[in-house]
Formats: sequence, C-alpha cells, structure tokens
Amino acid sequence: MKGVPLDWAYVAAFALLGSLLAALPFAVVWLLAPRSSYSQKRLTYESGVIPFGDAWAQFHVRYYLYGLVFLLFDIEVIFIYPWTVVLRQLGPLAFVEMLIFIVVLAVGLAYAWRKGGLEWT
Amino acid sequence: MMAEAIRVVLSVVIVFTFVAVGVALFLVLMERKVSAWVQARIGPRHVGPYGTLQTLADLLKLLQKEHILPAGADRLMFGVAPVVVAVAALMSYVVLPWGPGVIVRDLGVGVLYFAAVLSLEVVGILTAGWASNNKYALLGGLRSAAQMVSYELPLGFSILTVAAIAGTLSTVRIVEAQPYPWYTYPSVLLAGLVFLVAATAESNRIPFDLPEAESELVAGYFSEYSPLRFALFQLGEYGSLFATSALFVTLFLGGWRGPFGIPFVGPVVDGLFWFLLKTYAVVFFFMWVRWTYPRFRIDQLLNVSWKLLLPLSLANLLLAGLLVAWSG
Amino acid sequence: MAEAVAFYGLTAVALGASLVVALSRNMVHAAVSLIPVLLSVAGYYVLLGAEFVAAIQILIYAGAITVLILFVILLTEGATGVRVRPRNEQVSLGALVCLFLAALLVAVLTRTPWPQTQGALPEYNPGAVGQSFLTAYVLPFEVTSLLIVACLVGAIVVARREA
Repeated sequence: MKGVPLDWAYVAAFALLGSLLAALPFAVVWLLAPRSSYSQKRLTYESGVIPFGDAWAQFHVRYYLYGLVFLLFDIEVIFIYPWTVVLRQLGPLAFVEMLIFIVVLAVGLAYAWRKGGLEWT
Repeated sequence: MMAEAIRVVLSVVIVFTFVAVGVALFLVLMERKVSAWVQARIGPRHVGPYGTLQTLADLLKLLQKEHILPAGADRLMFGVAPVVVAVAALMSYVVLPWGPGVIVRDLGVGVLYFAAVLSLEVVGILTAGWASNNKYALLGGLRSAAQMVSYELPLGFSILTVAAIAGTLSTVRIVEAQPYPWYTYPSVLLAGLVFLVAATAESNRIPFDLPEAESELVAGYFSEYSPLRFALFQLGEYGSLFATSALFVTLFLGGWRGPFGIPFVGPVVDGLFWFLLKTYAVVFFFMWVRWTYPRFRIDQLLNVSWKLLLPLSLANLLLAGLLVAWSG
Repeated sequence: MAEAVAFYGLTAVALGASLVVALSRNMVHAAVSLIPVLLSVAGYYVLLGAEFVAAIQILIYAGAITVLILFVILLTEGATGVRVRPRNEQVSLGALVCLFLAALLVAVLTRTPWPQTQGALPEYNPGAVGQSFLTAYVLPFEVTSLLIVACLVGAIVVARREA
C-alpha cells in the first residue's frame, strides 16, 4: 500500500477500532450493572409528570431551511478548498474567478436573508 | 507491511489512551476545578491528591449503573448514536500534529478531513435526540443540529483563510509555513476570533449551549441516556473540544513550536510540550468563557452565525485571498 | 491483496446498508443506514486514489445531506409513527422490473469497451483539482454558482409560501 491508501488505512483503523473500543465498556456494564426493568422506570422524563402525547415537537420548515442553506454553502466551501492550495501559483486570475463565484452566492445569501429564510420564527 | 501494521495499532492505542485519560478524564476534572475557581470555591479534592482521581471514581461508579432503555425508544439508534459521536471525535485525532514528525498520519487533505469528520457528529446528535422518544431530547437534538450546522460554515471559512495563506491543506505544512511565532497576516486575527466563537458553538458550550441547557430542556438530547452512554457522549464532546483546540493551536498559534532559542530536551519532546501546553491553555480559555457568560437565545445564536459570522468570515477569506494572490 | 480485502469489505457494507435503506419500514433507520453506504463510497474513492473526492464525499454527503434528509423526514413524517409500508400489491411487478433493469445494466456494463484514461492520478489531489477548475474548466465552475443560487431561491420560495 502506497501513500494515499495507507493514509486512509489509518483512518479506517481509527474508525473501526474506535467503534470497538467505544463498545467495550458496554460489555463491562452488561456484566456489572443490575438489571431490573419495570414500567415505571422506563417512563420518559417530563419534569416529574407522566408524559402525555407522542414525542413530537413543532417541526417548523426553518430547520429544513437552515439545513439547506448550510448544504449549499458547504458546496461552495468544497470549491474553495482546492482554490486555497493553488491560489499562490495562479495569482490574481484565480482570485477574480473565485470572487465572482462567491459574490454570486453572496447574492443568494442576501436574497435568503431578505426573504426571511434565515429567521428563527 | 508488518511494520506499518504495528504502527497503525500502536498509534490507535496511544491516541485512544491519551484521549481517555489526558482528555476525557482530565478535562472533566479541569472543568470542575475551573468552574470552582471562577465561582470562588475549591471543587473536588477528596479523591486522590487534589481531587485528581475524582473522574476515575465517577467513571467506576457509572460502570455499575443500570442501563435503562426508555419505553418506546428505538433500541438500535439509541445505542448507535453515542458511538457515532465518540468515534467521530476520535477520528479527528489522525491529523493533529503533536510535534515535528509526530503525527498519526499527515493526510494530504488534512484540515478538510478534520472538518469532514467533525460534521459527522451532527448526525449522531440528531439521531440521539430522536431515538429517545422524549420531547425534550428531540427538541434538543434538532436545535443542536441546526446550531452546529449553522456554525460549521464560519468555522470552515476561518480554516480556509489560514489554508489560503499557507497554500496547503496539510496540518504539518501549515505549522511549518508559519513565521515566528505565528501568522501575522492581516486577516488571521479575525479568522482566529471567528474560529473561537464558532468552535464554542460547535461544541455546544456556553454561551451556545441552549440545546443542552440545563434549566430549559433538562439535559437536551441526552436527557434519557443512562450513565455509560452518557459517558460516551461526554467523551465525544470533550474529545472534540480538545481536538478543536489543538486545531486552533495548529492554525493560529504556531503548533508545536516554542519560543526560539530555548531548546530543552530535544526537538520532539519540546514540540510535544509546547503543543500540549498551548492546547490545554486554549481549552482553559473555552472553560473560562463557559463559566463567565450567560447563554444566548436560540434565535440570537443563529442570527449571530448567519448574519454576522458568515459574511464576516467570507469577506475575511476574500481579503486574505486578495493579499495572497497579489503578493504570491 | 489488502486492496481486495478492502474492496470486498466496503462492498459488503454498502450492499447491506443499501438493503436496509430500501427495505426498512422505519424511515429514520433508512436515513441513518444511508451513512454507511456513503462512507463506503468514500472508501471506493480512496481505493481509486481520489482522496480529495473521498473527503468531500464525507463532508457533503454524510455530514450535510444526511442531516438534511433527517430534517425532512422529521418534518414530514413526524417523530414517532415513521412506519411506512414499503410493500403494496404491486410488489411482484416491481420486482420483475427491477430484475430486468439489473440484467440490462449488467449486460451494458460488461459489454461496453470502456475507454481508459491516459496517465496516472495526480499525486496531490486538491492542487490538481484546483488547477483544472480555475483554468480549463472555469465556465462550468462559475455556472455552478448560478445553479446553487437557483436552488436556494427555489427552496426559499417554496418554503416561505407554506409558512
């Protein structure tokens, strides 16, 4: 295995072994902890009252909007990553190209802002 | 091939041990001591010298507690979520440069990888909130996700600012590219400040901890989690706090480099020493902020991100890009 | 050798998780199972030497799109009763169509003489990608920003109309 795949072999090792190690204490608890389940204990917590209704929350479209605008700007970010690496070599031209890109997106952001897409309520 | 395999296992073991002891256990204690100091009291002091074994004792207690799965909760997701959060935090340690030549693996896409892995935590938290079948947990999870996602962008932009100045995405090369003692490029100061604010929000710490707010949502998305899984969440939280502080040190504070002309033991040990010193100092800063400020309301918090930090960090990035393109 | 192990391992994970995504009755399970699938695709990219694409795959797909999907599911299905009937009366017909499509795809994929790209993958991915879209492919790059803004405007219009 050469350079790049080896790099990521480390990543994979961290992920796999990390999951294993994170799961390990559960085995310990399984051995050590008492287990007596009765219905009262399993009631979900609601400030001391018996919980009523299903566990729902007011799902406003705003969560979706935040998520969406984030996604779109995340896509902008992935273009900027390579740009940072070659900026010094390519000079002003590269800068102007990215400037145009970002300005267009900034206009989009301004639109979202004006139309209240970024508001909590 | 064999040597590499050994190195892989060794680095996993060393990093995980460090994270378990030097980060999770130590930071919990540190948090309690710092809060005590801020609040003019002493904090834990009975267990071990100056209370240093307190967290260990707490952990041993937690291990013996019963696992309670709330009625109607989704068993699989409930179990998986804390593991996702903890593993995502652990994975970010691969690219941290502890000293000259001391790094698990210097990925070519270093800081991009770091950002990518941190973004996985959001999913873990969202799943945890949903899986508990508890209104408060779900609400906490949703708000937390919205918050973390909103602050990921300014965080990314401040990282990109430094990357643009350094001309590389590799953490090691970013440290090496810094003039002494750290970057003094014009836009770096602002980028650093934005990073600190965004990092506080990403770690769900005060002033941005509304999703976990004790007085409002019980304990937010982990209200229903019994001890050990809760401990895993804490591991993930403090783990990523330390990793983010380490990244801040790497990007903005000169990484492992110490004041010139004062070699102590040798480059590697010195490097480790300075790196850890600086990182713990940044962690201390985060804790100090936490115990000093009140918390933001959710709408204030989101407005700060989208309407202030995002345009600011974006403009800052462009400024840095301008300077680099015209001078380089 | 290690590559083969990695490849088959990733494939097993990807296929298994995809089955869960397609067949699960619980929408949230399906959405969360998407993550292993996306991460395996990132793994494939790594095996092909495209580490930059792998990293952004994780960042965008596993980190952002999954979150968005979960938001949407919670928004439409609600928190608890996310039981969807994945099968109805037309299952057999659907299965037949799927098999036919699969056979067609396999036939096409195995019989086409795919052209091989010349040269090797550049060593430093981000640098090469940056060079290409800032010099040779500038126009598609700029058009992408327009595409993104169109997406944004569309979403705001639709979402705000309902509020």
